[in-house]
Amino acid sequence: MTSLSVTALSMTSDLATAAILASQFLLLLGMGMAIVRMVRGPRAQDRVLALDALSIDGMLLLLTIGIRTGSILYVEAGLIIAVLGFAATAAFAKFLLRGEVIE
Amino acid sequence: MNVLATVPGWVALTIGALVLAGALLVCIGSVGLLRLDSFYRRVHAPTLGTTLGMYLVLVGTIVFFWAGEGRPALHVILIGVCVTVTTPISLMLLARAALERDRREGAAGIPAANPPETGADGGE
Repeated sequence: MTSLSVTALSMTSDLATAAILASQFLLLLGMGMAIVRMVRGPRAQDRVLALDALSIDGMLLLLTIGIRTGSILYVEAGLIIAVLGFAATAAFAKFLLRGEVIE
Repeated sequence: MNVLATVPGWVALTIGALVLAGALLVCIGSVGLLRLDSFYRRVHAPTLGTTLGMYLVLVGTIVFFWAGEGRPALHVILIGVCVTVTTPISLMLLARAALERDRREGAAGIPAANPPETGADGGE
């Protein structure tokens, strides 16, 4: 009875770990596609858009790593990446519009 | 040691399902970023990941740390608020910059500047 419930517990947690691993793979795939768009992207705005998507994907990948390792510190790193991604995209957009960031 | 074994089985399955659904949405958004054929179409695709995809992953993270440590990690919500507020701003800036660049080069299929723009704030 006890061994059965322990087996069931480890099975569900293995299944959940497999789901987290699969979602990490999907996020890496998304980052790869964003990098392909950044390298290929016909114009500068496509590359900036790909950088924005890349920062969001990387932030979510950090959160899934935090779930797998059980450490809350990855959430802080994700917060920093989210804020810096916005600053980078806004600065790049201003640069594309005017040719300089601070006038 | 499996970290997800420290939370009850159905909670672990819920976390896995939430995070997997969110990652799937992010991946679909990146497929759109790669495959759509003009910048103004491509700018829509990654927002699939920055709205619902990100929310599902964040809810999964909150549930995991709530079940694992007994208190909700509410600063995860801060990430959601930051990205929700900043993504429309940055993408609108980027789309306006792209529109301005296309107008400057006289690209085909780009609408002209708004007519009321000169009359409304001119004050003449």
